[in-house]
Amino acid sequence: MNSSDRKRLLREMIFFRRFEERSFEAYMERKIGGFLHLYSGQEAVATGVLEMARRGHDYVITGYRDHVHAMKCGAPAREVMAELYGKVTGSSRGRGGSMHIFDPSVHFMGGYALVGQPFPLAAGLALACKHKGTDQIAICFLGDGANNQGTFHETLNMASLWKLPVLFVCENNLYAIGTRIDRSSAVIDQYKRATAYNIPSSQHDGQDIDVVMAAAREAIDHVRSGAGPYFVEFMTYRQRGHSMSDSNAYRSKDEEREWLARDPITIYSERLKTEGVMSDDDIAEMEKAVLEEIETDVVRFAEESPEPRVEDLNQYCLEEPPDPRWIGPLVPGERHG
Amino acid sequence: MAEMAYWEAIRRAHDEELANDPMVIAMGEDIGVAGGTYKATSGLYQKYGAARIIDTPISENSYTGIGIGASMAGMRPIIEIMSINFALLALDTLINAAAKIRYMSGGRASCPIVMRTPGGTAHQLAAQHSARLARMFMSTPGLRVVTPRNPLDAYGMLKSAVRCNDPVIIIEHESMYNMRGEVPDNEVFRPLEGAEIVRAGSDVTLIGYNYSVHLCLSAADKLSAMGVSAEVLDLRALRPIDRDTIRRSVEKTHNVVIAEEDEATVGVGAEIISVIVEECFFALDSQPVRVHAADVPVPYNRSLEKAAIPDVDDVVAAALKVVGRA
Ligand SMILES: Cc1ncc(C[n+]2csc(CCOP(=O)(O)OP(=O)(O)O)c2C)c(N)n1
Ligand SMILES: [Mg+2]
Repeated sequence: MNSSDRKRLLREMIFFRRFEERSFEAYMERKIGGFLHLYSGQEAVATGVLEMARRGHDYVITGYRDHVHAMKCGAPAREVMAELYGKVTGSSRGRGGSMHIFDPSVHFMGGYALVGQPFPLAAGLALACKHKGTDQIAICFLGDGANNQGTFHETLNMASLWKLPVLFVCENNLYAIGTRIDRSSAVIDQYKRATAYNIPSSQHDGQDIDVVMAAAREAIDHVRSGAGPYFVEFMTYRQRGHSMSDSNAYRSKDEEREWLARDPITIYSERLKTEGVMSDDDIAEMEKAVLEEIETDVVRFAEESPEPRVEDLNQYCLEEPPDPRWIGPLVPGERHG
Repeated sequence: MAEMAYWEAIRRAHDEELANDPMVIAMGEDIGVAGGTYKATSGLYQKYGAARIIDTPISENSYTGIGIGASMAGMRPIIEIMSINFALLALDTLINAAAKIRYMSGGRASCPIVMRTPGGTAHQLAAQHSARLARMFMSTPGLRVVTPRNPLDAYGMLKSAVRCNDPVIIIEHESMYNMRGEVPDNEVFRPLEGAEIVRAGSDVTLIGYNYSVHLCLSAADKLSAMGVSAEVLDLRALRPIDRDTIRRSVEKTHNVVIAEEDEATVGVGAEIISVIVEECFFALDSQPVRVHAADVPVPYNRSLEKAAIPDVDDVVAAALKVVGRA
């Protein structure tokens, strides 16, 4: 990877962090409502994995902690922020909110609130890719807790049985809300669970984006080659609470400090400095430019965008206008009956 | 014009839609090599192969979810769930995902799946194989719910459902698969909306859907011999409900009986009576009566089961009551 790509990657991670932290502020100002799950601390996983995928070509799906995955797929940040604000210009036209960012134009097929629900949806996207005979794959990002759902087992079985081109990325941040992994999973190393379904799998450091990219490269090549699914686990940590109402009372301060010392942005910027790719001044300038972009482009767009019209409440429930060939009305006497 | 069984009509619709569009696939338990519990996909595995007629493991929530995911990327899956009882395991993907994906994406994503499943009591299948649940699906925005009563609708509504870009739930009935009826030789699409007056009458409107339309038709025969002229209305679609056709019929007959195989509580009849009250309350000459299942899990014992499920005589008695003859 050349140095301009490496600078871009650092900028992206800084941008994603600032985006999340800025939405935290907007939530505190009550401009964002509902549940808001922030990705701060886990940036290297989505950024690194999706850097190795084909943007707008491969399908991507995830849970409710979805802003960064959507943006790395190519969803415009201003539209994601506008969605958090509930504006009609948002990714989901203000209908979805933080947990339901969609941008099918770049094959980001949504954020879903039901833990474990995206497993089969991802396998279905992969089934479609295989059926159409393209070289696309589907990538499913979910947390460690999701692996305790029945859909994990059902889907891994079918994905393996049918050799579907799907990559399961487990973002193991050690907690499902306040329940630590050793209190909810009989198997601590999540990648081992995939072996029960004959799916190759591996576990890696999720804080070092170079490690993430190397692992993702192998996993994606495996899936794209037609060899069937792959399950990759990244060890990571969310720096904030599960969602906004969470005080992290269940975690020790020592543990938090340990993981903060392994902040993915710090790790990567230190590396770029050591290798002489960037200086402290370069990075400070980069941070300043990101702040500026987020304020003047992203947040401003969200603030200035209009709300959806209340008259349009029913819009998007079913296809509009309905196609009379299939829907009706039923004309008595016509077409037999 | 050919006469065929209800299951053959479903099979023909599958066959034509599979031939028409390579993106159409069928998925379900035992539908391929075994040909389907009700033969509705028999022979199709041999004709279209394992990649399009997919035998699934017993994993309702996830294979339905796989169908939904595939539909989001351009496919047209027809998902069979062997019994509506097992559809309860797929409610998460059906109600939390399929019904909401178009809406929560602001119209940017859609999932044109068809889910077919038999609902209803058959013969002493007992509590865990006799669920009806129509009322659960009809209360969910973002779905279309249809209940074909005869081979023609079973054929033509399945074809429309495959073409339609919304998720469509087709509720069939174990006791209807062998019913015979005419289906034209040429290709026909039957609309997914619109109630149908199946028999015209002037004294009372008997409203049914799915199998209960047949109870209404038999009741109308008996009533006719007693000098009561019954109109029979097949709802056809439970979501959305055709309010106009209901109103017009009630304005004509002024008396209403609703026959539902479901339990009454928060049910189809409750919804229809609300529609009537809202649309044409003052056209009523009598209180509407619901003929419905008893509010119990369906018992195994033959006579208990019979007591729990409405029959033709219950519909006749209700009709006589609303026209003041009982
Ligand atoms: C089916 C379902 N059950 C419970 C919840 C409540 N819930 C939301 S997130 C969550 C924890 C998930 O943990 P994990 O999969 O590790 O993801 P993380 O939040 O750590 O990224 C729970 C229990 C839910 N949203 N859906
Ligand atoms: Mg977790």
